Amino acid sequence: MVVKVVRVVAVAVTRFTTCCFYIWLLLMSFSVSAAVLPEDRADILSHSYQGGGIDITGPSILVRKGDDKTFSVYANHYVDNISSASIDVQVLGASRYSEERVEQSVGMDILHGKTIMSLGMTNSDENDYEASSYNFGISTDMFGDLTTITMGYAKGKDDIFRTQYVGGVRTRESGFHEEAIRQSYSIGLSQILSKNFVLSANFETITDEGYLNNPYRQYRFVSGSGDQYRTEVYPATRTSRAASIKMNYFLPYRAAIHYKQRVFADDWGIEANDSEVGYTHPFGEYLILELRYRLYSQTHADFYSDLHAEQSTQVLDFRARDKELSTFNSTTLGASISYEFAKNGWWIFDKASANIAYDYIKFEYEDFRDARVSLNDDTLVGNEPLYEFTANVMQLYISLWY
Amino acid sequence: MKKILMVQLLVLLSACAVEPWVQPYERANLADPIMSFSRDPISSSYRKHVYEAREGARGGEGSQGGGCGCN
Repeated sequence: MVVKVVRVVAVAVTRFTTCCFYIWLLLMSFSVSAAVLPEDRADILSHSYQGGGIDITGPSILVRKGDDKTFSVYANHYVDNISSASIDVQVLGASRYSEERVEQSVGMDILHGKTIMSLGMTNSDENDYEASSYNFGISTDMFGDLTTITMGYAKGKDDIFRTQYVGGVRTRESGFHEEAIRQSYSIGLSQILSKNFVLSANFETITDEGYLNNPYRQYRFVSGSGDQYRTEVYPATRTSRAASIKMNYFLPYRAAIHYKQRVFADDWGIEANDSEVGYTHPFGEYLILELRYRLYSQTHADFYSDLHAEQSTQVLDFRARDKELSTFNSTTLGASISYEFAKNGWWIFDKASANIAYDYIKFEYEDFRDARVSLNDDTLVGNEPLYEFTANVMQLYISLWY
Repeated sequence: MKKILMVQLLVLLSACAVEPWVQPYERANLADPIMSFSRDPISSSYRKHVYEAREGARGGEGSQGGGCGCN
């Protein structure tokens, strides 16, 4: 039986590799003239997220530079300064904590004819989580440059730790070290449909293997007349598939309408879809206004429950109470304003823009209850009000082209 | 034999000249920055990160380079 499974997997892998080779051959055979590398630019951003008892702020700096003809390199430095007293922290009786996450990425795009090959790697560090990943992608223009096909692969490794306060300082627990491996396969198509209409379709499958829990989160179960909490028990694998379609349409008076639709499903039982519509409107030569509205909804994972009937007794008896795995919907209303200046060049820069973006998000949970209400009253267990919260997301950034 | 046929088919396909129904000189509107799927990558990748950290769904939106780092 095992041999048969191995043989089937080997055949599938061989077929996938062969298929990739033929697609690559097809892509390369269309390489006749030049595609375009991303512009040389630097972006300096300050971000802020406030919602659900969590404050996250920090900078992000993205710099890209190339030779206009054959390559372009980029580097990104991103920081999250987190201060959290979320509902999960409060329910478990913990106090507000602070931590920092630093993420750094570097990458390169290489142009050959109409084909661009991309390589990149990312490293993320925080006191209880280390993640590193690399990615490879290829894209090519074809059919009179009306069509662009992209393919991508990424692989990452996460090291998960758990911290505790020792003498007032958060320190890693010795003896707790888990790992997870993540892989992503993606394919995309961008198609010019008319001189005012462009469409993009993408598909991605992601597989995870290893320790996929949040080591701090706990599920609750009925115990006597009240409830008790225990560390969550998750499956060790997850495979998800997501497909999206994006459309941009140019209006006659120089404005654009954007639409995006995505569907998602995974083998944990979560099904999700989101829709976003946007409108971009320049005012005069210097100002650009963008408005957006997004709806997201998902169903819960098979092993999720706000209040489990009983405690897990074995490894495969999965239990979770993460609100991210519950049934919920969210609504986003956002706006951005860009002010473009130095359009005729200034010092070493060709142009510049100052930007502000704001998003208001409302999360409404359908099977995740506000368990803070019943912390001191067992009679309310299972009958707490459903949880909801709002978030304010702000971005301020400057972009410089050179 | 099957592979040789496949390669021949690809060569034949690549020889097919497709007449673009939107000529290069008609693409001024498409080249306008307001028509970009990601006008400011630093901003759109941050927004994507905000959603992925709070939702069960992930991926499928086209790559923007870099890894996830969203844990």
